[in-house]
Amino acid sequence: MRNWYMDYLAPTSVEEAVGALAAQPDARVFAGATDLIPQIRAGRPEPGLLIDLKRIDRCTTVTKTDTGWVVGAATPTSRLTEDPDFSSTLPGLSEAAGLIGSDQIQNRSSLGGNLCNASPAADSVPAMLVNEVRAVVAGGNGTRTLPVGDITTGPGKTSLADDEFIVEFEIDAPPPNTGDAYLRMIPRTEMDIAVVGAGAQITLDADGNCAAARIALGAVAPTALRVADAEAALVGNPINDDTLAAVAAAASAACNPIDDKRGTIAYRKQVAGVLAKRAVKLAADRAAGTNANGAH
Amino acid sequence: MTMTEDPTTPGYKWVGTRPIRPDGLDKVTGKARFGADLILPNMVEAAVLRSRHAHARILSIDTAAALEMPGVQAIITGDDFPPTDDMAPGDAHQAVKVMARDKVLFEGHPVAAVAATSRAEAQAAAKAIVVTYEQLPHVLTVDEAMADGAPILHDDLITANVDPAPETASNIASRAFFERGDLDEGFAAADAILERSYTTKPVHQGYIEPHAAVADSGQNGRANLWVSSQGHFDMRTMTAKVLGMSASKIKATPAEIGGGFGGKTTIYLEPLAVLLSRKANRPVRVVMDRDEVFMATGPTSGSSMKIKMGIKNDGTITACDLWMAFEAGAFPGSPVGAASMTALACYDVDNFRIEGFDVVVNKPKVAAYRAPGAPISAFAVESMIDELARAIDMDPIELRLANAAKEGVQAPYGPVFPRIGFIETLEAIRDSDHYRSPVPEGQGRGLASGFWFNIGGNSVATVNVHADGNVSVITGSPDIGGSRSSMALFAAEEFGIDVERVQPHIADTDTIGDTDVTGGSRVTLATGKVVVEACRKIVTDLCRRAAKTWDCEIEDVEWVQGHAQHVSGTESPLSLADLAANAGRTGGPISATHAENVRGAGAGFSTQLVDLAVDEETGQTSIVRYTTAQDAGKAIHPSYVEGQMQGGVVQGIGWALNEEYIHRADGTLDNPSFLDYRIPVASDLPMIDTIVVEVPNPNHPYGVRGVGEVGIVPPMAAIANAIDRATDCRMEHLPMSPVALLEAINERNAD
Ligand SMILES: Cc1cc2nc3c(=O)[nH]c(=O)nc-3n(C[C@H](O)[C@H](O)[C@H](O)COP(=O)(O)OP(=O)(O)OC[C@H]3O[C@@H](n4cnc5c(N)ncnc54)[C@H](O)[C@@H]3O)c2cc1C
Repeated sequence: MRNWYMDYLAPTSVEEAVGALAAQPDARVFAGATDLIPQIRAGRPEPGLLIDLKRIDRCTTVTKTDTGWVVGAATPTSRLTEDPDFSSTLPGLSEAAGLIGSDQIQNRSSLGGNLCNASPAADSVPAMLVNEVRAVVAGGNGTRTLPVGDITTGPGKTSLADDEFIVEFEIDAPPPNTGDAYLRMIPRTEMDIAVVGAGAQITLDADGNCAAARIALGAVAPTALRVADAEAALVGNPINDDTLAAVAAAASAACNPIDDKRGTIAYRKQVAGVLAKRAVKLAADRAAGTNANGAH
Repeated sequence: MTMTEDPTTPGYKWVGTRPIRPDGLDKVTGKARFGADLILPNMVEAAVLRSRHAHARILSIDTAAALEMPGVQAIITGDDFPPTDDMAPGDAHQAVKVMARDKVLFEGHPVAAVAATSRAEAQAAAKAIVVTYEQLPHVLTVDEAMADGAPILHDDLITANVDPAPETASNIASRAFFERGDLDEGFAAADAILERSYTTKPVHQGYIEPHAAVADSGQNGRANLWVSSQGHFDMRTMTAKVLGMSASKIKATPAEIGGGFGGKTTIYLEPLAVLLSRKANRPVRVVMDRDEVFMATGPTSGSSMKIKMGIKNDGTITACDLWMAFEAGAFPGSPVGAASMTALACYDVDNFRIEGFDVVVNKPKVAAYRAPGAPISAFAVESMIDELARAIDMDPIELRLANAAKEGVQAPYGPVFPRIGFIETLEAIRDSDHYRSPVPEGQGRGLASGFWFNIGGNSVATVNVHADGNVSVITGSPDIGGSRSSMALFAAEEFGIDVERVQPHIADTDTIGDTDVTGGSRVTLATGKVVVEACRKIVTDLCRRAAKTWDCEIEDVEWVQGHAQHVSGTESPLSLADLAANAGRTGGPISATHAENVRGAGAGFSTQLVDLAVDEETGQTSIVRYTTAQDAGKAIHPSYVEGQMQGGVVQGIGWALNEEYIHRADGTLDNPSFLDYRIPVASDLPMIDTIVVEVPNPNHPYGVRGVGEVGIVPPMAAIANAIDRATDCRMEHLPMSPVALLEAINERNAD
């Protein structure tokens, strides 16, 4: 019979963590545990072994590289919001991380946890999708790197094998004339879960037309999703009321939401369009250098 | 003896000042002891097994396996409680509420409780108790519960106050009814008549501290109980009743309380702790988790209301017909009676009919929540009045002034109002900078008013003067809003000493006389009055002692600024400390008690004004500016009066915009957490501006009215009225969440 208590391990290397994960089938890695502990308290099965990633240097290091950043998967998100360089270069991703819970939560919460908890409403995920962030995954078979969009497969589900976890994220610095944004709808002003989230990354050409667009939605489908139709509606066109309306329509159409206590299907579809449009506008303004801060 | 200062006139030294509360430092440093903080030697922990069904018959409960679990000390079920057959119906319902007998009537209904050496062990054992149920169909709303053929919760529930009495049981527990004048005539005289329907959802008080109790039952048939509540005397008495004990066999000691708002005026855990302690022969602590608080403790009622009102073009309200049905939860006792009495109390209306029904549904039994019932009926009445104001194109304040209740007007529920301050609250808002400034572009401005009775009741105070001349003020009123400060201020004022020299204390049920709950906005009024009276007894005694010292007549002594003084000025004055130091030679310890069933509570009125903005693409409402004017009678400690006013508004904002119990079709609660039960967070709110109106209550030595409750009455309607003016969408259902409001905006756009 398994113990009625949970074991705790704080490995200091990736290898040690992988070994522990592989050795015990009901082991779970965690970072801030801001999802894990409330879920256990709410009656989800307790893991037999909790593996704390925060003593592994690589998992809690933020490094600026020639091409962008490498962010340890267990790094508290407050490190991203408080880093002026990171925040000014990737305001959308930084603001998304800054929406998670409260100051107290952000001193614990991580990008790895936000992604691997696999909530459709996770705030950083649409922002990571539009920045095409890559996850570096370690496991018994070594290390592989895959797009963030390939990690979550459904609510609470990931494509990671039992002995795998995310070590770090590779984030490219955006190309010139590019801005990103993330906006969410919650009934309050903080401490809430997105009813709809929308991220955008927009690159403008010399004429101010849209050269490249990436648009993603959260909380409106089993996983966060990129909206190709909305992106196509923009590329090559100016950012104006007509193209924004097309973005909104495409975003609403791409939704596959549920009715639940936080919002109805109709509401989510309509507001997904609204937020997609607003996120695109904000990202485009940032790309044009006319608006550096938008989200609240 | 003569009093040189008449306390009913202005010129106080202490009353009206804002000293730091005596409990403040301990609270901000974490030293204060709340319900769950007590640890007794040998204490064990308890867990409660609760029903997952909204309505089911209990076929069997098997505790055998659980009793064998590690650490388990005792298990109780309904079988451990005395039978309810001989209890009064209300007591029987209370008894069955705290522990189910043959049926469970709501999700979260206790079915068994376990005491074990640790909480984890108690919880594990509770899970191992096997309960077999036969599920029964449930009803969740008044409409379902009142429908023909609805599943019946209580086979013996016959609607009260209906003539002739029904012959069969139903879910309608009782009917409230008030009428005056002639409705037909009233409507015939109207220039405009509107009819509307409104609904509200159950909302929880949302106190931060979950319920907690510690009990230590002795072999001598007595028990000690430590409770976090709004009234440990009531906790004691209710606990004793459901356990078939004599109330004085239980000594209840109050803990600090982390919020109550009316919700901590009834028992849940206390009898379980006493019984478990008796069975385990160890002290037992039991603490709720947040989901237990939401599932099993009182919210206030959800409701369904229909209203028809008529008005003349000059603004005179000619008639009102109001029908209401309130959810009581699983047992009778919604505040529909109070809602009926308060609905029109702000106005002088000649013709009305108000009918209210108390309806049981398969949800937790409702508990008091700030001005119970009044905010609900006010949502209907004050929304309607705003629509009428728009219909006849009249300023909403002028309309209210035209109909306002004042001294000499008969309240809809009977009595004639003495001096009241409703008009003064309307004038305060009318004259405020907020009302006089234009409505900002893109925003809507809404106004609403509210009434609450406030109550007096039983209070006792003992005041002791120590040998060092400092003073203890002992009462039985738990402090949920800063009342200890006010008690100290009263004593400081009466004695003429520094407030720092007064130590207020809240004593257990064996130490001070029976005191009613801290509820009904009564403590500053009633307990304040007995404190004042006890102090005055002591001042008389001090003058007598001075006369004895000076060998003169007591008439020659007066009490001035903390000193006994000889009227001739020939003797050097004796300070309170001098007299205290000499007490042994002048008659012994200086102490007085005053006990009274205090009458003459002063009604409270509030008028509130809100500016808000609506994001028309998302349905989200932002409260931009809010001003509340309330008649306090006299603000003893203005900061805590303002705090009460602001707190009521904030809870009302939550109730208006987001708070609601969301039930799944199977009758279980979908949002038993602060994540999805959305009380406002600080960043949702602007500063709530307060205007303290002071129209003294003639029946109180300092003019006090209650202030704790009426502030929550107007906000829902004020916000609905502002949303209407901002968007042209009249919201008739609470909460006015983004989802609901966007739907209304879409409908408006489609028209
Ligand atoms: C009060 C409160 C408010 C919140 N508000 C928000 C909000 O506004 N927006 C939002 O998106 N979320 C919110 N959350 C949820 C949570 O804080 C975030 O999802 C957070 O980012 C999770 O990070 P963590 O490090 O705490 O995750 P943990 O709880 O440590 O882990 C979460 C899950 O991910 C797995 N995991 C963690 N790290 C890894 C890894 N490196 N590799 C593989 N699997 C991993 C864990 O096994 C677990 O299943 C809130 C939570 C709370 C308690």
